[in-house]
Amino acid sequence: MTVADRANSKPPGLPGVGVGFKAEHFEPIVETRPALGFFEVHAENYMGAGGSPHRRLDAIRERYPLSLHGVGLSIGSPAALDRAHLDRLAAVARRFEPAMVSEHLAWSTHEGAFLNDLLPLPCTRETLVRVADHIDEVQNALKRPILLENPSTYVVFAESTFAETDFLREIARRAGCGLLLDVNNVFVSATNHGYDPHRYLADFPLCAVGEIHLAGFAEDSDDAGLPLLIDAHDSPVRDPVWALYAEAIRRLGPMPTLIEWDNDLPAWPALLAEARRAERVTAAATVNNAEPADAL
Amino acid sequence: MPFEATIDAFAAALAEPSAAPPPMTRGRLGVADQRRFSVYRNNVAVGLIGALEARYPAARRIAGDDAFRALARAFIRAGKPRSPVMIAYGDDFPEFLAGCDGVAPSLADVVRLENAWVEAYHAEDADAAIVADLADLSPDCLPRARVAFHPAARLLRFSTPAASIWSAAQGCAGPAERVADIAEDALVTRPDVEVSVRVLPPLAYDFALKLKDGATLVEAAEAMNDPAFDFGTHLVGLVESGAVASLIPGPLS
Repeated sequence: MTVADRANSKPPGLPGVGVGFKAEHFEPIVETRPALGFFEVHAENYMGAGGSPHRRLDAIRERYPLSLHGVGLSIGSPAALDRAHLDRLAAVARRFEPAMVSEHLAWSTHEGAFLNDLLPLPCTRETLVRVADHIDEVQNALKRPILLENPSTYVVFAESTFAETDFLREIARRAGCGLLLDVNNVFVSATNHGYDPHRYLADFPLCAVGEIHLAGFAEDSDDAGLPLLIDAHDSPVRDPVWALYAEAIRRLGPMPTLIEWDNDLPAWPALLAEARRAERVTAAATVNNAEPADAL
Repeated sequence: MPFEATIDAFAAALAEPSAAPPPMTRGRLGVADQRRFSVYRNNVAVGLIGALEARYPAARRIAGDDAFRALARAFIRAGKPRSPVMIAYGDDFPEFLAGCDGVAPSLADVVRLENAWVEAYHAEDADAAIVADLADLSPDCLPRARVAFHPAARLLRFSTPAASIWSAAQGCAGPAERVADIAEDALVTRPDVEVSVRVLPPLAYDFALKLKDGATLVEAAEAMNDPAFDFGTHLVGLVESGAVASLIPGPLS
């Protein structure tokens, strides 16, 4: 597939609000069959040969659409993509037939070592070309467009020449990929770097967005005592992030939205309640643009 | 700065806890910021320690949180993950502990058992033979039959009662069981979805290991060199445990 073939090819959509699937929640999910749009999993957790993880995801997949979220491709690395890992991702995608596949604007491998975090990269002409080439390679291997997620960052780079929103717009245009708008990441990065998250949203290439992520953050401070938010995925979505989400929905219309909660997992009803809140915020932001805050 | 140089500098600073933040990184005040950069370092360490704690829950309970964390930190310092597939991370923790001074042999054994458990958990799906399958083999074929093991099957020989210690550390409240101080052999497998751990009777490990190495049933039985060795009981036991994928008939005598 060439870039031209994929121009304006929007990934097929996911419906409604979904949550990240965790084995700990498997039983209440299959017993209560909650009405949810989809479940999302980290692709790497299903790269074993077989066993319970595959069985559980088969059972989820029989009942719900699936979104596959990769955390290990290191698309934002200067080095060549790990073909063996790309093959593993393609195999997981073939097996579970997700409605959507997404990855991150980040790097995580260096000289053959996996660094187990989503690390930041400068936004320059050089890095843009590399990232777009990597996405092209991924999309050719998967034979489908992917969504690329905006990062949470704690530092920026002196050599960056693009605003992140322009960088993502240009990547999406070049590679013909969609974007995953992580609203928590917008709020975290905006706080950490001292810009207005609503301004970032206004500058974001919304026409490329195919999915939204929502999550909780942790709070710290930097050397100067300025607030430093950390993308922790360990707590409920915070009020300013809900407000930013409502604004995104007002601009975008209803959009597949994921509640991400990966650490310090809550009981299933608490996670489901977060999904229900996202549905209410979407309904309010879609129907009544004047007073969306009522739903918060 | 070229892309590669920036990433190299970032990775180098990430690997060295006392290093200054990379000079091309910036906080809000336009200078490199230690606490900001430390978020990345901390994410890496917390993620790796968490992966080891998740893979070795009984060892953590037995050692205690602080002691386990100290071992995990030493392991993390000794080498980075080689693959983004983190469900395999820490599969070399048993070898690492075996080379560490001052680690109780029973703890090292429990770690070996838990690693085998996780490997069995993620192993390829395959049907396990059942005892009735033995009846399908003609008595003529049986002595020279070989055993194809289930992909999940793991044979373990310990110098300690590791399987009993592991079992007692499974988190069920109640009076601590006294564990007899004997060396145990164990078999870990997963005939269907549930991983099973069983303590093997005397000679069962040696017999199964011979079979795993490709011996025929009669060769394996003879190698036990024990007139009391009951070949039939051991074969049935091995099949019942779910460790056998299939029996491969030998040529007719």
